[in-house]
Amino acid sequence: MADRLEVRKTYKLFIGGAFPRSESGRSYEVTDTKGRFLANAAHASRKDARDAVTAARKAFGGWSGATAYNRGQVLYRVAEVMEGRRAQFVAEVAAAEGVQNRRAEAVVDAAIDRWVWYAGWTDKLAQVLGSANPVAGPFFNFSTPEPTGVVAVLAPQDSALLGLVSVLAPVLVAGNTAVVLSSYARPLPAVTLSEVLATSDVPGGVVNILTGAAAEVGPWLASHLDVNAIDLSGVDDPDLARELEKAAADNVKRVRRPASEDWNADPGMSRLRAWVETKTVWHPIGV
Amino acid sequence: MQPTPFEYAPAPESRAVVDIASSYGLYIDGAFVDGTGRRFKTVNPATEEVLAEVAEASGGDVDRAVKAARHAYNRVWSKTSGRDRGKYLFRIARILQERAREFAVLETLDNGKPIKESRDVDIPLAAAHFFYHAGWADKLSYAGFGSDPKPLGVAAQVIPWNFPLLMLAWKIAPALAAGNTVVLKPAETTPLTALLFAEVCEQADLPPGVVNIVTGAGATGQALVEHADVDKVAFTGSTEVGKAIARAVAGTRKRLTLELGGKAANVIFDDAPIDQAVEGIVRGIFFNQGHVCCAGSRLLVQETVADEVVERLKRRLTTLRLGDPMDKNTDIGAINSPEQLERIRTLTGIGEEEGATRWSAPCELPDRGYWFAPTLFTDVSQAHRIARDEIFGPVLSVLTFRTPDEAIAKANNTPYGLSAGVWTEKGSRILRMANAVRAGVVWANTFNHFDPASPFGGYKESGFGREGGRHGLAAYLDVA
Repeated sequence: MADRLEVRKTYKLFIGGAFPRSESGRSYEVTDTKGRFLANAAHASRKDARDAVTAARKAFGGWSGATAYNRGQVLYRVAEVMEGRRAQFVAEVAAAEGVQNRRAEAVVDAAIDRWVWYAGWTDKLAQVLGSANPVAGPFFNFSTPEPTGVVAVLAPQDSALLGLVSVLAPVLVAGNTAVVLSSYARPLPAVTLSEVLATSDVPGGVVNILTGAAAEVGPWLASHLDVNAIDLSGVDDPDLARELEKAAADNVKRVRRPASEDWNADPGMSRLRAWVETKTVWHPIGV
Repeated sequence: MQPTPFEYAPAPESRAVVDIASSYGLYIDGAFVDGTGRRFKTVNPATEEVLAEVAEASGGDVDRAVKAARHAYNRVWSKTSGRDRGKYLFRIARILQERAREFAVLETLDNGKPIKESRDVDIPLAAAHFFYHAGWADKLSYAGFGSDPKPLGVAAQVIPWNFPLLMLAWKIAPALAAGNTVVLKPAETTPLTALLFAEVCEQADLPPGVVNIVTGAGATGQALVEHADVDKVAFTGSTEVGKAIARAVAGTRKRLTLELGGKAANVIFDDAPIDQAVEGIVRGIFFNQGHVCCAGSRLLVQETVADEVVERLKRRLTTLRLGDPMDKNTDIGAINSPEQLERIRTLTGIGEEEGATRWSAPCELPDRGYWFAPTLFTDVSQAHRIARDEIFGPVLSVLTFRTPDEAIAKANNTPYGLSAGVWTEKGSRILRMANAVRAGVVWANTFNHFDPASPFGGYKESGFGREGGRHGLAAYLDVA
């Protein structure tokens, strides 16, 4: 008697809280490290990237305007839902990264723990990065961190879940909204993360996840005038990274260049600092 | 009735306090050297008198300066303790104070700004920046960037002509405090106080090569920021050049901070203290002839008080004294260069063509030099060039609004985000506006104040990175 015939999946994009197909109608086959078919993923186009930026911009006011406590609650809830999908993540990481189950479990646990770590940062950031400034005059003067805006994230190609979480969560902490392009060859943990986000309390548009090629979608995100910052962590080709950084200069985007990263190391505050602006307010002191 | 200015007897500051050489070289590795490039003249924009000839550093000169900075970094500065770096900076600060009058006169001669501004703002603040950062040099481990934050190495710094010595201080003081060495290029039209600062470095016995000054124009700046052995690029200037620099450093290891243009909204609500607001508006846009990146160049006035504010503003502008920058009573000095004057004329001409109503203060302009009367435009729409482009001159565009939401929308309707002003007696409204405006500095019931302890820098296309305060140290430490 044959095993049950599995239901094969064709995944879609995650834009504005919904799951549309690519406007281009394209999809591509995703395989495990041994070349066995896993699923079909949507192959994002320029139009999809633009739609995602529109959704991210629309969501920015609400997400950045939410209280830090509320953002922390929402992000912690994401970790709770991830925990519930732990087995699925483990299977996907094992298939995507070609590692044994035990190793995949450690990766998934680290990813969930990292999300929890960042969730707890929302209501500490302003105290740690802010200041009251002792100016030489009768003024009250203080500085606070504010989100940069819409951040495009080209997620790591190798570390499909832990790398993804490590670059996405810090973007969200301060109140930025994100357009993420997942690993091209290993998109399934990102797809599952989008299902997690859709079924937790993250407002639609705060995170938009595209699957596709950095060389195709990256230039449209890098040159988009309504994107305020771009993370090039997932760009392995130095020539492409340079071209994207050049394109990003058109509207003075904040750029994080690709670098070799140890996703298991303490992330520190570097990525939290990368996506905030410092606002300084002056007011006279008098009677 | 329009008021007439009081008649004042001339009160010129003496220029005898400063010796200007007829010719200047480059300051590289602790010595003044002749450049290998061409030479250019720097003029007093108030009189068109040639002040001196200055070397235009060639690519080879820039290379020598970077090598000197690298050598000084490797051999000396990276091994100098924070305590001693701080003591050098304290020395520099003290010398700037001691020679303040000399610097103020030289700044006013080379730049055209009123002596009362160079004397009371530029030079004291420059000294204050060195004092402030001197104290940081041996306290970096307490700045919130980890227990032992490292410098970056050699910093290439390119600064503008609007606050020549002050911008030098904003660049050099934090760089040295954090342990970097620098090659700085002052603006083409205002090189003299940077060259005088080189003397201060000698006076302070600063080790050779820690500070190098290369004068020149765009090509010199380009050679500097594109030099392969530079670890950090810091630029203050136009958004256009800032974007070109961002492209030039793309794909390199160089860290970058940019402080670029602005088109700040200064928002006046109907409950604002109008007399104070009018003073703040004047300070916001006519300080330093409007050659200020964070100038309050877009006035947003609540409709119910718009006529009153504009009327009082015109009366106040009529009393501003334009003329000899060396006169201690002068409020408005000379435009820094004929090129800048041309840009101001072009944009104000476009303002009239596009249908805005122009009013200029009825003041007499001197026969020689580059001058532009304080000007304001009413009937300005958001689509007008004078409401969108940075004019960088004494020109104010007046727009109106009805509700706070409309004020916020209009204030943020710009690719820039450097500064903003808000005037109201209502505390909750100040805080709401301060939250909602996408700008790096918000002045509430005041405008155009600066302090070394106060982080300064922009959102959006006004650049990134901060100068001043604990935050400003990050630009010169390996903490990204």
